[in-house]
Amino acid sequence: MNHMAIAALKTQRRNLVQSMFDEGVLDNQFNQLQDLQDSSNPNFVEEVIALFCNDAERIITELNRYLNDQNVDFSKLDSYVHQLKGSSSSIGAYRLKLACVNLRQASEERNKEECAGAFNSIRREYYVVRSKLQVLMQLERHIVNLENQQ
Amino acid sequence: MVVETGFSSPRTDAFPAGLRVLVVDDDPTWLKILEKMLKKCFYEVTTCCLAREALNLLRQRKDSYDIVISDVNMPDMDGFKLLEHVGLEMDLPVISQFSMANVVCSAFFYSSNSIEPLSHKLRLCNVAVMSVDGETRRVMKGVQHGACDYLLKPIRMKELRNIWQHVFRKKIHEVRDIESMEGIESIHMARSGSELFDDGSFLGGEDTTSGRKRKDADNKRDDKDLGDPSSTKKARVVWTVDLHQKFVKAVNQIGYDKVGPKKILDLMNVPWLTRENVASHLQKYRLYLSRLQKEGDVKNSFMGMKHSDTPPKDSTAGSGLRNSINLTQDNVSNGSFSFPVNHTLAPSVDLKGHEGDRKGITSGPMTELKGPFSIDISGPRKAKSSKISFDHSLGSVDSVVNFASFGPTDTAQYSWNEIPEIQFKQEYEPLQLENGFSQLPLPGLQHHMLPEYLQPAVSVSPGPSITEKEATSSGFEVKSMYDEYRSNHAKHSSQTEAVGESHSLNNQVFKSISTTTSSMKSQDTIPNHLTVSEFSPKNLYEGVGAEDLQLCWPQGDCYATNFGLQGLDCTEHNNPAIVSETPFHLYDHPFDPTEYYASDQGLFA
Repeated sequence: MNHMAIAALKTQRRNLVQSMFDEGVLDNQFNQLQDLQDSSNPNFVEEVIALFCNDAERIITELNRYLNDQNVDFSKLDSYVHQLKGSSSSIGAYRLKLACVNLRQASEERNKEECAGAFNSIRREYYVVRSKLQVLMQLERHIVNLENQQ
Repeated sequence: MVVETGFSSPRTDAFPAGLRVLVVDDDPTWLKILEKMLKKCFYEVTTCCLAREALNLLRQRKDSYDIVISDVNMPDMDGFKLLEHVGLEMDLPVISQFSMANVVCSAFFYSSNSIEPLSHKLRLCNVAVMSVDGETRRVMKGVQHGACDYLLKPIRMKELRNIWQHVFRKKIHEVRDIESMEGIESIHMARSGSELFDDGSFLGGEDTTSGRKRKDADNKRDDKDLGDPSSTKKARVVWTVDLHQKFVKAVNQIGYDKVGPKKILDLMNVPWLTRENVASHLQKYRLYLSRLQKEGDVKNSFMGMKHSDTPPKDSTAGSGLRNSINLTQDNVSNGSFSFPVNHTLAPSVDLKGHEGDRKGITSGPMTELKGPFSIDISGPRKAKSSKISFDHSLGSVDSVVNFASFGPTDTAQYSWNEIPEIQFKQEYEPLQLENGFSQLPLPGLQHHMLPEYLQPAVSVSPGPSITEKEATSSGFEVKSMYDEYRSNHAKHSSQTEAVGESHSLNNQVFKSISTTTSSMKSQDTIPNHLTVSEFSPKNLYEGVGAEDLQLCWPQGDCYATNFGLQGLDCTEHNNPAIVSETPFHLYDHPFDPTEYYASDQGLFA
């Protein structure tokens, strides 16, 4: 019974990951991340994702703050976006990274409206990747639990 | 937060396993990832998220680390500053990280010829610079600051596996340098030696230009028991902090205006130092000072400067490539510009009008760069170097930079120029140069090295695009640069001291390279700087057979660019020949990484 459950879950997991790749939510870097996980560090991916989310949310908050200023400090904005871009690349959050690129460009052009739009994209992409990753992690845990019960 | 994951102990015999790496990155996610990756390489990893803490760590226990990997975009301290410090104070390889660079990352080797006296210290550092945006200027900055290599994020395991080579190489040099203070003869030897090199072992050929004289030769003797000193007999001066301070003191005593190498030498009272050593160092020092002076002006003048009006000597320079150096605001006002050199050396290059198949990368005239830096930009395929001088508010470029007394054309210089071809403003999909350390430089290649590592930088994708298309033309560019460089270099090999000097100055970026040859002639340049040995650009190749530089997309598509002697092909293949030829599988390719890793280890087994 568990075998079937496990198999089903694995299929689900596989499909989820595949769809994320297909949609560009994730890129190859995520594979690298998965490859790094091993028995010495079985929760590696999860931990990294947690770190990333934490950091990303902090940055998004800052970005929001700066964008809402009367006089937007574009260089500060740029610096934060840069950070977020770096973080995104660390886990392979591809679309999020692209959104960061857009914001950087808008920021360089000092175009507040464009920045606002780009920022919304960032936020959107962030939540997409976060929620999918959360589902993925849940699946993982579930699978591991079932496997451990074997 | 400093997490010490290992203890500081001398490297074990299982080198490179046990390599003590200090990773500095403010991004916690990256820090964790890098730590894991390095551990997988069996390195001893210490992580640090603040540059200052990293410095403290390094200072506290100077011999605790073998290599430092540092991000360049850090809030508390610019990664370049960290580089400087590390270079100044410690004899460590530093690898800087850039993330998402669309630049073809070639290792920038810290040239032993730094432009500023301070940066001489960095000569000993293997610094790989990793840049997030791969912006040219950042990369160049890294180079200036002594990056021995730079990595682009996302960083791959393969690249990390190869970092030990920097350390190894350094050790080799140390051994070699043990002294021979033969002086000029060594220069000649080096020169002829390098010309003979074709495929000398990477060990043998590296430091042909000059041996190093260590100021504290005695103190350091113990470090050098690594093996038998090879036949290098070059004497090269290592301008340590102490030595430099003596120098400065002497200069101040004499009076800057009245200063002269002989006087300085006498005052310094350092027996093994020659007048030539001092003369070349003085040269650099002068440049450094004048740059410092103009820093304020530079800032202003840098803003929005984009021009290419300095005509290259060679008309071909205008081969359609418009390369303007765009010193943007953040370039200048960036707090990281502690180094005057930064201004000039890290221009943001705005590539305009270049489309894909540019024949020569080169650069359009990069002008208006303030700073006493003269850069020759050679046109795509010309045999001669064209020199582009930056207009410096510092005064006539030629007088200052070019190394003043030296002849204007400086091959090395322009090769450096070729780097800024990269478009820094655009965000590109990361172009991953998975060429780890490529191969250790072979002697014969020394003067070829430059183009190699320059090229990646240059061959950044021609047009900005956020798509994942990349550098199709990079191959061509690389090649032309390479050829260019080579021919120029060869041509200059018979040049005078002047050339050598200038090379040395430039070598901050290039590391020895060409200078080896040119410096041969100069009486005093050599001692100061060049070391081919310190080269380990990512795309260095052994000179035997073709090297392919692989540019890999995160998604795994690869463009293999052959930077080899045979010219460039932009193909998507890995050259198995390289694998077999390379004693160290430095070359990164889609083969099973463990394959070459194992063989690497085999060498040390």
